[in-house]
Amino acid sequence: MPVREIADKKVWQRRTTRAQFGTWFGWLLGVAIFVYCWRLISDKTIWFFVADAPKQAADMAQRMVPPKWSYMEVLWAPVWDTVNIATLGTMIAIVIAVPVAFCAARNTTPSVHFVRPVALFIIVSSRSINSLIWALMLVTLIGPGVLAGVIAIGLRSIGFCAKLLYEAIEEIDQSQVEAVIATGAARSQQLSFGIVPQIMPAFAGISVFRWDINIRESTVLGLVGAGGIGLQLDASISTLAWTQVSLILLVILATVIVSEWVSAHIRHAII
Amino acid sequence: MSQGAAIRRWKRPPFIKNPTLRWGLWVGAAIYLALAFGTMEIDWNRVAEGLTRGERFLMAFFPPDFSSRWDSIQDGILESLWMTITSTVIGIILSVPVGLGAARNLAYRPVYLFCRGILAVSRTFPEIILAIFFVKLFGFGPFAGFLALSVGTIGFYGKLLAEDIEDMDPVQAEAIKSVGAGWLQWLNYSVQPQVMPRMIGLGIYRLDINFRESAVVGIVGGGGIGATLLTSFDRYEFDSAAAILLVIISIVMVMEYSSGYIRRWVQ
Repeated sequence: MPVREIADKKVWQRRTTRAQFGTWFGWLLGVAIFVYCWRLISDKTIWFFVADAPKQAADMAQRMVPPKWSYMEVLWAPVWDTVNIATLGTMIAIVIAVPVAFCAARNTTPSVHFVRPVALFIIVSSRSINSLIWALMLVTLIGPGVLAGVIAIGLRSIGFCAKLLYEAIEEIDQSQVEAVIATGAARSQQLSFGIVPQIMPAFAGISVFRWDINIRESTVLGLVGAGGIGLQLDASISTLAWTQVSLILLVILATVIVSEWVSAHIRHAII
Repeated sequence: MSQGAAIRRWKRPPFIKNPTLRWGLWVGAAIYLALAFGTMEIDWNRVAEGLTRGERFLMAFFPPDFSSRWDSIQDGILESLWMTITSTVIGIILSVPVGLGAARNLAYRPVYLFCRGILAVSRTFPEIILAIFFVKLFGFGPFAGFLALSVGTIGFYGKLLAEDIEDMDPVQAEAIKSVGAGWLQWLNYSVQPQVMPRMIGLGIYRLDINFRESAVVGIVGGGGIGATLLTSFDRYEFDSAAAILLVIISIVMVMEYSSGYIRRWVQ
């Protein structure tokens, strides 16, 4: 414990003098980096526009009310598409993520040195590329539409599902697997009777959780042409149809709230 | 006895116990899939056409061309990094009061509802939609992207902070209160030490998310590498696009590895 003697009395301190300086220096460095970054951003900003923003915001808000409710008729199909993109995309992701996760988990991988790094690379690259970028590529490849959105969401979600799933596999109770081995089970039987029942709740939870996230993400895929309600949003913004924009935002809000409610209830039922 | 054992076979218990619910879910899923595929408009000709060109398309990504657009790639990446750092810092600073207000065991009812409302709204809209509006309001450039990412950070961090505070151990909080601590002292000595380790980890995680998001807010004009990426796609310069994607992936990987070290070091 760091103690300093002041006039023959021992005074307790939280840190030693060196640690104190270290912490102080760390903060200094952090603040310096922040200020530097902030200055660079501020240099690239036209502050006149920023000062003008409140007026613009008021103007925009005025044009957005009341929402054009009659536009709702056009929106049902895009909403259905959006939900489909999220759901089918999540399904694709799960189907691919399960084998990847088993290859990435230390206790089930066929080979720690060859298969595991490949699986980890798949996970990282799928996670680090945003679904919009996947959609951008897929739209160029297979044309605009819902299918590009579904595949983009699928590719993007593989990493997320596989990462959480392989962590769940690594955290299983090994004694149950040993018990199954003791009965003379083959490797595939060990998987299906020893490991799968243990990760099933986590698996279901992860799928529903990702579906919830995907609903949110699929609302914007339309911005690059990959189907869903984002297409209408993009079109309405470019034609300055602000009353339609506000309705679309309300619809997105409602969809997200409903999906969150559904996923919370399902997860509650599982866990 | 042995006869009985031969007739009765063990079956593993189903994951969903209620048979009606189990079969209902299967039937529901089948109907849904039929409907979903039935209503999806897919232009298979276009897909087939695209797939035949797929090889050429993929080949166009190789080899990645770092050199010819290096200046704009560098600019974009640096801008993304600045946006990431500033928005994470500002977002976290702003989310602390909101998170404190949104914790049920800390705040009065009206404050709680108000702060939960802020969190719900800022979490609902994806950063990219926020970015569209901020670009309209504040003009093109990294400032709009910075704001969008900050708002996203508030929603994410504030919610998790609030949940963490609600889950904390009330015994320690009571102990600090019983020695006569003021409200701020109480926060500092009982709440903060309990939530800090997890919050530092989540802060680093959010930094990671913000970097990935900063790569796309540029698509709608919010600054960062996204604009460069979109341009290279529009110009069919896929080799430059591949270079940009590789840079993004490698930065994310570096962040992911270093975050593990930072977390261990901090704790």
